[in-house]
Amino acid sequence: MPKSPLTTWLAHLERGELAYQFSPSANKAVFYPRVIAPGTGKADLEWRVSQGLGTVYATTVVHPQQGAAYNVALIDVDEGFRLMSRVEDVAPASVAIGLRVRFHTHKAEGDEPPCPVFTPVEGTGTL
Amino acid sequence: MNGLTRGSAAIIGAAESDIGAVAALMSPIDLMAQGIARALDDAGLELKDVDGIFCATTQARTSAMSLVEYLGLPDAYTDSTIVGGSSFEIHVAHAQAALAAGVCSVAVIAYGSTQRTVGRRGASPREYNPYETPFKPFLPATAYAMAANRHMHEFGTTREQLAEVAVAARDWALLNPAAWEKKPLTIADVINARPISDPLTVRDCCLVTDGGGAIVMVSADRAKAMGRKAVYVLGCGQSITHASISSMPDLTHTGAIQSGAQAYRMAGMKPADIDVLALYDAFTINTILFLEDLGFCPKGEGGRFVANGHIGPKGGLAVNTNGGGLSYCHPGMYGLFLLIEAVRQLRGERGAGQVKKAGTAIVHGNGGVLSAQGTIILGNASTL
Repeated sequence: MPKSPLTTWLAHLERGELAYQFSPSANKAVFYPRVIAPGTGKADLEWRVSQGLGTVYATTVVHPQQGAAYNVALIDVDEGFRLMSRVEDVAPASVAIGLRVRFHTHKAEGDEPPCPVFTPVEGTGTL
Repeated sequence: MNGLTRGSAAIIGAAESDIGAVAALMSPIDLMAQGIARALDDAGLELKDVDGIFCATTQARTSAMSLVEYLGLPDAYTDSTIVGGSSFEIHVAHAQAALAAGVCSVAVIAYGSTQRTVGRRGASPREYNPYETPFKPFLPATAYAMAANRHMHEFGTTREQLAEVAVAARDWALLNPAAWEKKPLTIADVINARPISDPLTVRDCCLVTDGGGAIVMVSADRAKAMGRKAVYVLGCGQSITHASISSMPDLTHTGAIQSGAQAYRMAGMKPADIDVLALYDAFTINTILFLEDLGFCPKGEGGRFVANGHIGPKGGLAVNTNGGGLSYCHPGMYGLFLLIEAVRQLRGERGAGQVKKAGTAIVHGNGGVLSAQGTIILGNASTL
């Protein structure tokens, strides 16, 4: 029985890798990971590991009823896929569209699985 | 091509159930049934005439089964498609197809929710998404906030222009005795309200109310024979571009572009032919996006288009004349109320909120996080 796409993705993440899939039949990166490629339906999805660099596509600061405000962002990764994440190590409101960011794994904590988070790339400014 | 024929079906009855804050221990199915009874009364029909049941609610996994049991209609044709708030616009297209195919002759489309009573988490708990949930997005608001963030970045839309949408909705609500909100609202009130997910404040977000209702549909031939004021289905369109916001192809271009184009094509109409607009305003950015994507202004101009009260009661375009999900009623899935308001406008029954020349309406439902778009174009008998 093959592993689920999520199991494979989490295993990469635990090794500090941001994995995604590429479909030759669709000729594009695919994210989130699947068992067949969207559009073509082919089971030709190849696992690849991102270089971990991306650009903020959209950003917001969430203001919970209790606790500190925090960032949620959509990141366009250079290999051609988008994911939800957060930008850390800066004030949530200072995260802006176009900011260049670098991936690292936020390690598993208790029941929480690992997740991919980003920090600003030093000295590059925004695109 | 959706295979449907312009004007082949009509809405012959429409009614809200109790809305706002309903009686203690009312169930979503109670509200559906109450809406159906009132809508049938409006249509001059009885429950025994009904042979098609279309319904959706987040509070019953098998709502058609529950409703058929409640009504005692074991032989009814059923459809409980659920794609969020636009489910009911999708149901209109499905009911039109079902009526044309002859699998039912009197279709009711019903909704019920006790979201205010049981709380938002109780009414529609979020499904766990391993690629989004760890980041704690406050959904759905965070998704719409990111669309607003993109729109401001790409087109220079301002915080004040977003607020204009909420103010216009409130001004319409003040003309609607059934509206939840009763007090005036200013742009400053919206901007200075409690922040939810930047740039949106609580006044950019829809209400959290109870409510439900129903509409009744029959074939156009039957509607004409009934001799009552009928509203005809001239166009239908649907597009589902994604389910999660991280999979939306482009946050400033919604599936309303496709669903609207389908509906206009079927109706043989264009935006300039529309008198009344009912656009799903779960958040202020929605109205701006849908005005653009349905062709009422160019892409990117929506913020400037709504400025200076242009979509309010004293403005140039009649949008969300009941006060919308922002100020009238929003029990979680608002799409049925858009249809009810359009029907009332086209029948000339909206009192202080009545649009003077109301022959055609566009009803645009939105489900999920800008995910499922359903467009319906309606017209009175003069448009056939």
